[in-house]
Amino acid sequence: MAVITKDGKRSWRRRSLRNQLAVQAGWLGAAVAFLVCWRFISEKTIWMFVLDAPQQAADLASRMAPPDWSYLAKLWKPLWDTINIATLGTLLAIVLAAPIAFCAARNTTPNSLLVRPVALFIIVASRSINSLIWALMLVTILGPGILAGIVAIGLRSIGFCAKLLYEAIEEIDPRQVEAVTATGASTAQVTAFGIVPQIMPAFAGISVFRWDINIRESTVLGLVGAGGIGLQLNASIMNLAWTRVSVILLIIISTVVFSEWISARVRQAFI
Amino acid sequence: MATSTASPSSSGGVSWRKAPFIADARLRWGLGIGLGAYLAAAAGTLEIDWLRAWEGLPRGRQFISAFFPPDMTSRWNEIGEGILESIWMALTSTMAGIALSIPVGLGAARNIAPPPVYLFCRALLSVFRSFQEVILAIFFVKLFGFGPFAGFVTLSLATIGFYGKLLAEDIEDMDPVQAEAVRATGAGWFQWINYGVQPQVMPRMVGLGLYRLDINFRESAVVGIVGGGGIGATLNTAFDRYEFDSAAAILLIIIGIVLAVEYTSGLIRKRVQ
Repeated sequence: MAVITKDGKRSWRRRSLRNQLAVQAGWLGAAVAFLVCWRFISEKTIWMFVLDAPQQAADLASRMAPPDWSYLAKLWKPLWDTINIATLGTLLAIVLAAPIAFCAARNTTPNSLLVRPVALFIIVASRSINSLIWALMLVTILGPGILAGIVAIGLRSIGFCAKLLYEAIEEIDPRQVEAVTATGASTAQVTAFGIVPQIMPAFAGISVFRWDINIRESTVLGLVGAGGIGLQLNASIMNLAWTRVSVILLIIISTVVFSEWISARVRQAFI
Repeated sequence: MATSTASPSSSGGVSWRKAPFIADARLRWGLGIGLGAYLAAAAGTLEIDWLRAWEGLPRGRQFISAFFPPDMTSRWNEIGEGILESIWMALTSTMAGIALSIPVGLGAARNIAPPPVYLFCRALLSVFRSFQEVILAIFFVKLFGFGPFAGFVTLSLATIGFYGKLLAEDIEDMDPVQAEAVRATGAGWFQWINYGVQPQVMPRMVGLGLYRLDINFRESAVVGIVGGGGIGATLNTAFDRYEFDSAAAILLIIIGIVLAVEYTSGLIRKRVQ
């Protein structure tokens, strides 16, 4: 906010001249960065295909048009597998994330010079790599199938759960911990009676939230061979069976919406 | 907490037991039994090839040893090109996505938009959000052909879904008094948005924009697997050829870039707020 005096009259401006110039320079920089990046993308794009897209889209839509509902009967088992991948993967993740979160939180870490950086690195590494890439990696190691999917979801979720959990641990009320310590409790007892009850609601909320995300992610793991409904999706796309693709997409959407609804209800109950 | 669970013990004193997390005993037991039943059902129907997994373990060890040290050099050309393409895609799609999500987000805020516009924009946002990036990418690769353009469109749409929703929610949570004060001066609609609404939501939205840049970079690694350009294609090839040391190099580079983006965005957020 600035007041500019000009010809003896005072007028109000939102920013001083210097700030105004800085903001405009920022916009200019962003525009230049966009154009530079865009040139590289444009070089690698065959624009004829892009211009052709509306016709392609109309064509694809007409091929997908009446969904092949008879295919639905074959989808229940893959759907069950998908839900299992998400649920068991989430369970695996929360079991592994809890100790990592305790090592990463400033107030509970056993050693802030050695253990904490390792825990933080595990969290970052797990979060930076998408579950589909974890799955790609695990399929080459463990072989295609549902196990690779479960482990992929688990490894990807460790970082997410541990990060939110350790932030919750750092925000606990220290007085309760102190009160339990004052009774002469051992470290394990302090953790069980002073810390765990305080973070349980956050822990439950985080698990359900991640489960909801994992349902969404496990629907595509089949694209790289890690089980679930994505396998059928991939096969149908490869076979150009577009009426089946539309059934699968509808099933995926309804599952995702349903899991979102459950997760929202459960989280409301906790908060 | 303790009074309800305290009970006289046999020695005549009062013993204390920790209150259970779920107070309702029926719900507690119901959830426990439900979880047990589910786990039994899941374990009974899973078809896991343990033998194949066991045989894969040496390969897993080989993969882990590939990280010490990773092989950056022998495929450096492909890796460098893929990483740069991912960065271009992440930057352009974040900027385009945010620019497009501003009108949609304004339209999806209940306290600004008239009801028909509100419903339309909300529906648009939930459609963009309900599909996984990879599924969108498959379709855009079909429509636009292989290459980064399909990835750019995918990530832009996903950004609109994410950013537009959060922007709308932030506008709905704003302080109406400030916006009203600007309106009372006789400001037009654009002036009202620019001086009454925008300053209130700006600090949080800058932080979220940087967060989305981070997500878009990570997702750009995935759209490449289905042909949408970026580092994902290089990574996929490395795994297909069992070149674990090149794959390890790519993964480490991804982790490094995500760390760098997260660190700088933390610094910028601190300055803005």
